[in-house]
Amino acid sequence: MAIVHEFEYFKPEKIEDVIKLLGEHKGKARLLAGGTDLVVRIKDELESPAVVIDIKGIEELKKLEFKEGKLHIGALVTFTDLIDSDIVKKQFPLFWESSKTIASPGIRNRATLAGNICSGVPSLDSGSALLVYEADIIVRGSEGERVIPALNWFLGPRRTALKEEEFVREIIFSLPVKKHGGSYVKLGRYKGEDLAQVGLGVLALEGNEYRLAFCAVGPVPSRAKKIEALLNGKPLTDSLIEEAKKLVSEEISPITDVRATKEYRVHIAKIMLERGIRAAVERVDGKGPAYGERLI
Amino acid sequence: MKKISFILNGEKRNAYVEPNDLLVDVLREKLGMYSIKYACGRGDCGACTVLLNGKGVRSCIILAIEADGQEILTVEGLSKDKLTSLQESFIDHSSFQCGFCAPGIIMSATELLNKNPNPTEEEVKEGLSGNLCRCTGYTPIIEAVLDVEKRDVDKK
Repeated sequence: MAIVHEFEYFKPEKIEDVIKLLGEHKGKARLLAGGTDLVVRIKDELESPAVVIDIKGIEELKKLEFKEGKLHIGALVTFTDLIDSDIVKKQFPLFWESSKTIASPGIRNRATLAGNICSGVPSLDSGSALLVYEADIIVRGSEGERVIPALNWFLGPRRTALKEEEFVREIIFSLPVKKHGGSYVKLGRYKGEDLAQVGLGVLALEGNEYRLAFCAVGPVPSRAKKIEALLNGKPLTDSLIEEAKKLVSEEISPITDVRATKEYRVHIAKIMLERGIRAAVERVDGKGPAYGERLI
Repeated sequence: MKKISFILNGEKRNAYVEPNDLLVDVLREKLGMYSIKYACGRGDCGACTVLLNGKGVRSCIILAIEADGQEILTVEGLSKDKLTSLQESFIDHSSFQCGFCAPGIIMSATELLNKNPNPTEEEVKEGLSGNLCRCTGYTPIIEAVLDVEKRDVDKK
């Protein structure tokens, strides 16, 4: 099916020109990076921008670099770039593990992290990593830049803190100071290309500190604060895990849809919680299943 | 209409396109690359896979205008002179039935083998996870990809 909707196309080479175009076409322009979401939505006539601004001509947005404990991910960095990065694999293994579960290689070759968070669907696999590493999102607007913590980014399904005339320049992950291990557990209907029915990211830091974030089981990905409060400061034991599982139904609010029922999602989330926490804690000391190994 | 140019299968080609023209349509209808198949139209099935600057992408969800100045490889370019070892392996393993998914799978497998010449079965499955086949049950496809390396070693 061809695209019926007509639009103007621009491919600026400078960030300033993007700002200018966004200002000139208030609310009627959409940015194009990989297009794996936007082009499909234009096809389906869910979106009909008058102007499409292709940002792939802006070199500085392609940057992926690690300096002074911070990983800078430019708006054009794709999930393939992230998976192929030794730094991501070594320093942010939970993020690497979750990136590997996204769609298929042919989509990951185009899809960007920035696009993923701007689409902001509830099932986004990058959500857990952003929340547990407490990433910062650097957005650029006509009045300069501002920093939006990932914890404040997601407002609702496909709704984010980004304003109409702003765009994401880069996303920054800070390396945790303490020794850490992580896990991302994703339940799909099959291996390979599928959206998450439940996603869970767990970051375990030395000294019995835990950060957990669910996705696909509520309107936005979110940290499991009650479970974290229960676990924090305590070494992991079987009885502690049982207590944590009891809190799952208070932390998540899944819906029944074509992919799974609400009851099934709650049930499986408890199993994923147990496996995810155990793997993350074992991995702190370099033990447990290798990163990338499926836990469910 | 805007004129775009790109390298298609090693040759410089031009096309006049509208911003909303899809890459798959321009490659098929204007440039005759009929190996590329259009099926789901949303990037899920992989039938329209081409290599864009060496990377497998879905030409059904890319605007043709985005390809301006880039390099594209399709099955037509892959086997210009003779079939690749991968293609021969597909024939020997009877990896096609209806054949509709084959060009996309050949391109995805080509990318995989370029990146990782000696993949494990799991890596082959992962590499082809975005390409759907409704006939074969995948087994002969996976076997064909795994056999390529052995075949190349035997030749030497």
